Amino acid sequence: MTDVNNTSVVIKGGTILDQRGEQVGDVRIEGGVITEVGPSLTGDRVLDASGCMVSPGFVDLHVHLREPGREEAETVETGSRAAALGGFTAVVAMPNTEPPHDSVAVVQMVRRLGEQAGLCEVLPSGCITIGRAGEVLAPMAELAAAGVHIFTDDGTGVQDPLLMRRALEYAKSLGILLAQHCEVSRLTEGAVMHEGGCCSRLGVPGWPSVAEELMVFRDIELSRLTGAPVHFLHLSTAKSVDLVRRAKAEGLLVTAEAAPHHFTLTDELLSGFDPIFKVNPPLRELTDVMAVREGLADGTIDAIATDHAPHPPELKEMPLDQAPPGMLGLETSLALSISELGLPLQQVVALLSWKPAAIAGVADRHGRALEVGAPANITVFDPNLAWTVSSSGLASKSRNTPYAGRSVRGKVRHTVFGGNPVVIDGQAQR
Amino acid sequence: MKHLRSIDELGVAGLHRLLDLSDHMAEINRRPVPKVPALRGKTVVSLFFEDSTRTRLSFETAAKRLSADTMTFSVSTSSVNKGESLRDTIETVAAMGVDAFVVRHKSSGVPWQISRWTDAAVVNAGDGWHEHPTQALLDCYTVRTALNRPEGFDGLHIAIVGDIKHSRVARSNVWAFAALGARVTLVAPHTLLPPSLEGWPVDVAHSIDDVVDRVDVLYMLRMQRERMHEALVPSLREYTSRFGLTPARADRLQAHTLVMHPGPMNRGVEMAVDPAELPGSVITQQVTNGVSVRMAVLFDLLGSGSGLAGEAS
Repeated sequence: MTDVNNTSVVIKGGTILDQRGEQVGDVRIEGGVITEVGPSLTGDRVLDASGCMVSPGFVDLHVHLREPGREEAETVETGSRAAALGGFTAVVAMPNTEPPHDSVAVVQMVRRLGEQAGLCEVLPSGCITIGRAGEVLAPMAELAAAGVHIFTDDGTGVQDPLLMRRALEYAKSLGILLAQHCEVSRLTEGAVMHEGGCCSRLGVPGWPSVAEELMVFRDIELSRLTGAPVHFLHLSTAKSVDLVRRAKAEGLLVTAEAAPHHFTLTDELLSGFDPIFKVNPPLRELTDVMAVREGLADGTIDAIATDHAPHPPELKEMPLDQAPPGMLGLETSLALSISELGLPLQQVVALLSWKPAAIAGVADRHGRALEVGAPANITVFDPNLAWTVSSSGLASKSRNTPYAGRSVRGKVRHTVFGGNPVVIDGQAQR
Repeated sequence: MKHLRSIDELGVAGLHRLLDLSDHMAEINRRPVPKVPALRGKTVVSLFFEDSTRTRLSFETAAKRLSADTMTFSVSTSSVNKGESLRDTIETVAAMGVDAFVVRHKSSGVPWQISRWTDAAVVNAGDGWHEHPTQALLDCYTVRTALNRPEGFDGLHIAIVGDIKHSRVARSNVWAFAALGARVTLVAPHTLLPPSLEGWPVDVAHSIDDVVDRVDVLYMLRMQRERMHEALVPSLREYTSRFGLTPARADRLQAHTLVMHPGPMNRGVEMAVDPAELPGSVITQQVTNGVSVRMAVLFDLLGSGSGLAGEAS
C-alpha cells in the first residue's frame, strides 16, 4: 500500500466538499496524509478534478463480500474493487460468511485479505452469536480486541429478547456497537416479497412490515433499558422510520441506515417474477419509499448503506421462492443518492461519508474534513455526469444489479485510499 | 397470443375468443374419431415439476387430438435431480425443437422465467399459488355451456368458497369470472384470504350460509389438511361447519345453481355431500371440458391460422 507514498499527489481543479461546506481548492497528498490545501498546488502526480467535488472518502456500513465460503459470488478483492469504484474508502464486511465472523481467526483473515487487495479498508463486523444461530454469545471481547467495532447477526435478527438484552449489556462495557437486522422470523417463514396488494395478486408468500417494526420497537426499548447503543440495519418501512425518529427525539442511543434500493424501488417490480428484485428486507410500497427518503432528509436515518449482496446468475435464475435475496449496490449508491434523493450535495455526502464513518468507529481516518494532517481517504466525483447502469460494466464478480438500463447522474472519478489513487478516471488501478 | 401465463394477459376479447374456439373443439370431441391434423408437426412438451395427473393427462389428450407430438418431462426422471438448473433444463429441451412448453411448478412465476429463456410458447398449467389459467378457462366454459351464457356472465353471481389464499385456481377464476361480467363473492375466513384484496373485483362473505341460497354458481375449493397445522383453521370439523357443503346446505341451493370443484375433492371436508346426488353438480363436465379448452389454447398458440373448420372436415 506504500507504492506512491514517497511521491506527492495533487487533486487539482475541484471543489472541496466536506463538513465545513464547499471551497474551491487543490489538495496535496504525501505519505498518506493531506499536506496542503490551497490554490494552484503542484505535485509529482496530478489528478484532474475539474467539474468535480472532492470529498472525504465514503464509508459503507453494510456489504457482503462473501469470502470466505462463497467466492463464486464475490471475493474480498473483487468487492473491494467495486467499493473503490463506488467511492468507498472503507466498508464494513457483514459476518454471514462460511465460516461466519464469530472467531478472531476469520475476522483477521478477512481484514488481511482486504489489506492485500489494498483498494479500501475492509472492516470486518463480528457476529453477536456463535454461528449467527441466536443461541450463544460470540466472543465479543476477543473480537473487539481484534479491532471489531460493529456486531451483528445480519441475514437474521437476534430473535431471543433475553439474549439481545444480555448482548447489549455485555457490549456496553466494551464500547462496541450492536447492529440489528430487524426481522421477527416467525412472521416471515417462507416469505418472498413484501406483504401487500402485490404479493396477494402474485400468489407469493408475504413478508409483513410488522415483522421488521416489532423488532425495531423491541430493540429501542432494550436500548433504553440497558443504556447501550443500537444501530438499525436497512430500515425499509414507514413505521420503522417513525419509531427511530421518536426514539431519537427522546435522546436514545439509536442510529439507522437505509439502502438505495429501499429509497428507489417498489414491490411492483416483482410482477415479472424476476429474482433480481428479491431482497431482504423486501422492496416495499411507495409510501415506504417516501418515508425512507424523508428519514434520510430529516436526519432520522444516519447513513446510506448499500447492503451490497452479490449472487451468481445461476442462483438468481432459480424460482422466485428459492432464489437467494440480495442485490448489488456498491457501484450505484452515489449515483442513486444524487439522482433520487433531491438533497443538497453536502447532505448526500454526509450520509455516505462522515456520518457512517462515526458509526463504524473509524472517524479518525475516514470521513474526516480535508484538512492538513488528515489521512488521505478521498473521493472525487462528478455530480452531474449522466450514465447508464449496465450489469456487465460492473467490477463486482456478480451481475445482480436491479438497475441495469437505468439512467442516473453522478459518478466517481478518482478514489484515493491511504494516499494511493486506487481509482483514476473511473478505472481501478489494481 | 404468444403465451398463456395468466388470465390477465388474455384480456376479455381473448377469453371470448378461446371460449368460442372451445365450442369447435367440443364438437370435434363428440365425433366418433376425435382427432384432427391441425397441429401435425408441432411438438408440445409437458414440464411437470409438481405431480398432477389430471392436468397433465388433459393437456396430453388435447395435444394428441390435434395431432401434435407430445413429450413429457417429469421431475422424478429428470436431471433436475442431478442439480441441473431450471434454465439449463429449459434450454436443453428447447434445443431439441419445441413449439410449446406446458409448465406446472410449485413456485409462483416459473412460467414467466421460462418465457424469458425460450422462443417457444409457454402455457401455465399451474404455478404455485399464483394462476392456473386453463382451469379458469374450462370453468368459464362449463358455466357458459351449462347455463347457456355464450354472450357472457352479466347478472350471474358466483361464490368461490374455501382456501383462496393458497389457491391458483381462485386467482385465475376471480379475474376470468369478473372479466366475463359475473359478480364474484369470496367465502373464507380471513386466514384463508390473501393479505390484501385491494383491486380485486370481489366482495367477501365469511360463511357459506350467507351465499348458498342465492348464488348461481357455488365453486368449492379443496381444503388441504395441512392448513390446520399452520394455525389457519382450528380444525377441519370447524371448517366444514362454516364452509363445507353439507346436505342441509345443498337443500338450500336454487334449482339452477351449479356446484363446481377443481378436484381433487376432500370428501367429508369441503364436500360433505356426495356430488353424485347434487343435481347441479357439473364436476364431471369440468373435466370433460378441460380437454376442449386446452385444445383451443394449443390451437390458438400454435395453429397456422388457416382455420379449424377446413382442417377438421
